[in-house]
Amino acid sequence: MTGQALLEVEDLRIDLSVNGRRYPAVQDVSFSIRRGETFGLVGESGCGKSITALALIGLLRNPLSIGGGSIRFDGQELRDLSPDGIRKLRGSRISMIFQEPMTALNPLSPVGRQIAEMFALHKGANWREAERQAVEALARVRVPAPERRVKDYPHQLSGGMRQRVMIAMALACGPDLLLADEPTTALDVTVQAEILDLIRELSAAQGTAVLMISHDLGLIANMCQNVGVMYAGRLVEQRAADNIFLAPRHPYTQGLLAALPLLGARSKFGRKKLKEIEGVVPPVVAFPTGCRFNPRCHAATDLCRAEDPVVTSLPDSGLVRCHYHD
Amino acid sequence: MKIGANLLIGGLLFAAVVIAGTLAPWLAHTDPVMDADLLYAEEPPGAAFWFGTDAQGRDIYSRVLYGARISLTVGIISQLINTVIGVCLGVSAGYWGGWWDDFVSGLTNMMLAIPSLVFALAIMAILNPGLSSLLIALGLTNWSFTCRLARASTLSLKSQGYVQAAKVLGYSDVRIMLTQLLPNMLGPIIVIGTLGMGGAVLAEAALSFLGLGIRPPFPSWGSMLSDARDQITTAPWISIFPGVAIFVTVLGLNLLGDGLRDILDPQSRSRRA
Repeated sequence: MTGQALLEVEDLRIDLSVNGRRYPAVQDVSFSIRRGETFGLVGESGCGKSITALALIGLLRNPLSIGGGSIRFDGQELRDLSPDGIRKLRGSRISMIFQEPMTALNPLSPVGRQIAEMFALHKGANWREAERQAVEALARVRVPAPERRVKDYPHQLSGGMRQRVMIAMALACGPDLLLADEPTTALDVTVQAEILDLIRELSAAQGTAVLMISHDLGLIANMCQNVGVMYAGRLVEQRAADNIFLAPRHPYTQGLLAALPLLGARSKFGRKKLKEIEGVVPPVVAFPTGCRFNPRCHAATDLCRAEDPVVTSLPDSGLVRCHYHD
Repeated sequence: MKIGANLLIGGLLFAAVVIAGTLAPWLAHTDPVMDADLLYAEEPPGAAFWFGTDAQGRDIYSRVLYGARISLTVGIISQLINTVIGVCLGVSAGYWGGWWDDFVSGLTNMMLAIPSLVFALAIMAILNPGLSSLLIALGLTNWSFTCRLARASTLSLKSQGYVQAAKVLGYSDVRIMLTQLLPNMLGPIIVIGTLGMGGAVLAEAALSFLGLGIRPPFPSWGSMLSDARDQITTAPWISIFPGVAIFVTVLGLNLLGDGLRDILDPQSRSRRA
């Protein structure tokens, strides 16, 4: 768990092809994750979080494709790997869990079998051994009576249970990196907390680095050491979690934090209105000139509308992309 | 789960034909080919010859029983070949897309444009008549519906979460097709396969009737019908019984297919409920 980077993403660009023209859906995205670290990627829907994760494991599909940059995993450039080479990494060294536990399991196969398949596939275990390990894997994600549950079909399990099964599958082979794409969005709040505890505990036990993708700032604050805030395909602010929540520098981050509902918050005149960032994320084909956030920014000036801000280092070694970061 | 009348009747009819075919050596009264006796030619149905005799004095009851073997062999095996071809092409085309999909879709449309019986006729005309040629001719010409179904199912299934999850967890393409796609489309494939089997039985009868399938003296229902043409007014039983056998088999398979669809297709199930 030293400072050595497990995943280094540099100047990643993801292109969206529309009628033969290529638009950058994700651009200039650079971040790195150390072993055992949890890195959060935050932003509104449509800002490019999920496709960044898919790009890491080589699963972008038409019309999306990697347009440039580099992705180094454990010193190996993933863009140089053959499709089969990167497939072998998936599930064994880089794993992923999704938002939708209700549909992420094959409805016709008992869950134990689906977990066992991971051991058979990546570790070459025979079936009997794989099924024994599946019971252990289910026990690790704290599913009660795992030796009976392995025979259950997905429809017999609740959403939280299914997400546990997904986690068991994703962590079955002790991956170095877990991509968690909104892993708790579809679950209710108490189950959310349990699932997050589980991810935190298991990743700590195995030394797994986690890329946590979410639009839930509370979750990110809880789980992550470092946070990247994404807007319209770019990282606009990237800092240690403590710093970003205490003193956000980018107006977008400030807006996101201000939009958090506070339980029991009241203004002088009774009910306090929930704050929002006005407008929506612009579509990829129509990013504004200058700073991409300028049409929605409360502090935008002519400079913001004309010129694209560059990334600036902050004293706390964070990064921010804003003309007026101080 | 309630078993529908279709499934029950179809299953019973089909089971009867299967039993008749399998137990033919024990159920038959005489050898279907060798026991010809011109003294008893064109006997009407009666106690000695349940279904009567044909122009060569052969027992029609025995020949119809043995005919079931040929019809079922051709029906089942050729439809299995069709299903395997259709599923392999359809699933791979739907999953991989691109030029392979264009190629397979084009081929499928071409096959659909040519009536499969005409295609089978052409193949039979090239090959020598006989059982194995029949299997090839009927097995290679009727996979287009299965292929279309498999391709369409693949297209809808491949965006499902569990297929995506399997991809993310490192399943190879072939493993995804076998463990995630195929089991989830098996219901409709079985339905189409059962209905296609009825079609194959009919096609076999038609080819044999035209003299391009099983050649006389071997007892195929189609060739028996063909032989009986001249006596249709004087000795109608020679054509009636093989005709009824074809009718019962195809009806049984079609009802069975419909019945299976009622069970296996969730949409038709919810419509009924």
